[in-house]
Amino acid sequence: MPIMQDSREATMAGRRSDGSPVKRPLSPHLQVYDMFQMSSLLSIAGRITGAAWAAGLVLMVWWLLAAASGPSAFATVQWFMSSWLGLLGLFGLSAAAWYHTLNGVRHLAWDAGYGYQIQDTYRTGRWVLIGTAVATVLTWLIAIIAWA
Amino acid sequence: MSNDYANNTTMRSPLGRVRGLGSAKGGTHHWWMQRVSSMALLPLTIWFALSAASLAGASYETTVAWIARPWNALLLLVTIGISFQHTASGLQVIIEDYANQEWLKMGAILAIKAICVLAALASALAVLRIAV
Repeated sequence: MPIMQDSREATMAGRRSDGSPVKRPLSPHLQVYDMFQMSSLLSIAGRITGAAWAAGLVLMVWWLLAAASGPSAFATVQWFMSSWLGLLGLFGLSAAAWYHTLNGVRHLAWDAGYGYQIQDTYRTGRWVLIGTAVATVLTWLIAIIAWA
Repeated sequence: MSNDYANNTTMRSPLGRVRGLGSAKGGTHHWWMQRVSSMALLPLTIWFALSAASLAGASYETTVAWIARPWNALLLLVTIGISFQHTASGLQVIIEDYANQEWLKMGAILAIKAICVLAALASALAVLRIAV
């Protein structure tokens, strides 16, 4: 085994059954899994939607700063948000936000020790997907009614 | 059953291996704060998403009046603070998982924290300027 370059490698040092030292692998990366089974797909989506939401917060910051700046800055935000690109972005963000929220509830249940049976994870996964679709449609119904 | 470590080809014990990593006093704090902030964000996010949807196409005057209402301003400030805290900790975990260079990891985490603090303060100041 080569000399350690990083202190974290200490936690990767292990032994084979014959006692010879071995360097255990890092946590497996995306391509290790079948990415399109529900368990890994929803897990990966949880992280992606969280990162997408971080980008979405930029829109909230822009919206608040524009409202504080005055009517002309606010008009620019309104123009962007009601453009095709803006609407598409907002629709994607709303779906990502609802998914991350509902999947987060699923994670909280896991943290509390519930729902670890494989059939439970598939069932709650389907609930999250259905819930995301329903909540996103409801959000846009409210938006369209408010807009009209 | 012989001691598993009797056959070790080195003299390093498991304790020796982890020595030098520093104490683990704060090991669960980051994880726990992610859970706490996610629980706080659950009602706040539902409130904000439905409020933002109902403000679709609203005029400048309507929007500013909505932000200026005391309860809305208060909940906006809380939502801004916890959202950016939760975002910074979430992005930090992504960086820690995938960045394999120490300088890149540290630099990216510091940059994310700086951006999140600046964005949170800017948003909070905007709300206060409208509401106060």
